[in-house]
Amino acid sequence: MIEKAVGKSTGPTRVALTGNYAAAYAAKMADIDLVAIYPITPQTTIAEKLSEFVADGELAAELIHVESEHSALSATIGGAAVGARAFTATSSQGLELMHEILHIAAGLRLPIVMAVPSRALSAPISIHNDNSDIMNARETGWIMLNASDAQEVFDMVIQAFKIAEDPRVLLPVMVTYDGFVVSHTVEGVELPDAEAVRSFIPKGKWHALDPSRPSSMGPIAGPDWYYEIKFGQYHAMRDSIKVIAEVMDGFGKKFGRNYSPVVGYMMGDADFAVVTYGVTWGFVKTAVDRARSMGIKAGAIKLNVIRPFPSDAVISYLRGLKSFAVVDRAIYYGAPSPGPVYTDVASALFMSGHAVPALNVIHGIGQRTMYINDFVEVFKELTKLDESKVIFMGVRE
Amino acid sequence: MSSPPSWKELVIGGTIIEPGSTVNVRTGTWRTKKPVINQDACTRCRICWEYCPEGIIQELDKPFVSRKGIKYAVTYEVNYDYCKGCGICANECPVKAIDMVSEYE
Repeated sequence: MIEKAVGKSTGPTRVALTGNYAAAYAAKMADIDLVAIYPITPQTTIAEKLSEFVADGELAAELIHVESEHSALSATIGGAAVGARAFTATSSQGLELMHEILHIAAGLRLPIVMAVPSRALSAPISIHNDNSDIMNARETGWIMLNASDAQEVFDMVIQAFKIAEDPRVLLPVMVTYDGFVVSHTVEGVELPDAEAVRSFIPKGKWHALDPSRPSSMGPIAGPDWYYEIKFGQYHAMRDSIKVIAEVMDGFGKKFGRNYSPVVGYMMGDADFAVVTYGVTWGFVKTAVDRARSMGIKAGAIKLNVIRPFPSDAVISYLRGLKSFAVVDRAIYYGAPSPGPVYTDVASALFMSGHAVPALNVIHGIGQRTMYINDFVEVFKELTKLDESKVIFMGVRE
Repeated sequence: MSSPPSWKELVIGGTIIEPGSTVNVRTGTWRTKKPVINQDACTRCRICWEYCPEGIIQELDKPFVSRKGIKYAVTYEVNYDYCKGCGICANECPVKAIDMVSEYE
């Protein structure tokens, strides 16, 4: 019965889905073998939907309801270690509890895919959205894609399996997107034909445990070995940007929706730009239109990839500008600049030898409302900006 | 020892693909004290053999006659290539037939 339901060819259909359901549908269409998952707001509806798919016989996967996120990722690693296509999802405190295991998944070079609708971190407790959780995970060795709407969530989960399982990569991939604003908002999502998805992401093979070729995974590595193993991991991450671009390109050709690590809006003749990721993208594009109607040569770029940081593409957009801003929805306490992505952009710019005054805009912390006109104000500020600085928008002084 | 391989030659993720490779690691070099079994005092009770966490107390088919004339069919010997010198055997020995002797004296 399971075999009959799975792999049914339906052709592309357009359905109304939340961002989380889009992630669950993508995991189902990717024909995952294993999902180990623990509920946490705002991720829970992924766990629910996948459980439903398995219970209804629509997905022939081993579903493990674990007792914590630490266990969720550990069990997912176990699945990937024996060659299963493994998937999980979490948010916020759950991602923090997983933190130790995030490093292990990447160090073992296992092609796990995880959906992360982002949420602010405690304390104080907030169930609402910002990007504090995912920004904390940037240095764990996971490739991090970032989606701005439900369709992008679906598409990027499919892309994530192809990137992760590519023999040139073999790294876990996180598909991040904003909690509630994307995870719980119902949008029209085009689901491709199941057979087309399967032919785009045939199941890969990797260094999985196999009794006919005994091996030991996760051993101790002394000072004579550890550095080289981690250097290999560094190389795989650094070079993965080419594979990501290639997979996104291939996805566009096959399914008609185009992706690249960085996308620009009205950047052709722009003097001023706002760098965004996540849902901020939608607000900022409208702000670009409004600023243009006021005579400001405004543009915007969006990072579809947070790790590896797409330095070359970002610099190619920013190097000739008069000034730019980076909007961050997380705070780096005590860092030279409070915005994590601002820090990345600034370091990429410094290493490329270009100097452009840059504004770090902190906004939307704990889902504080962001208004389109806030970003029109940012463009006005950029026209006057002669040296880099930080502004906290929306906070009561 | 020949120079270790470059990072490009290493197996992905540090996986060990050669079964039984732990025999190449002479953990005996970690030792500061070594257990020395007094074969005359030893009653062949096998407790050291059972307690050794490394399994390096060897039960050998070597007949032995003690000074008091007791005949034993087996002899217990320590494999010093892998004994880490933890001292559990000496601690557990009911007749105190094992001494921990410094490697540096």
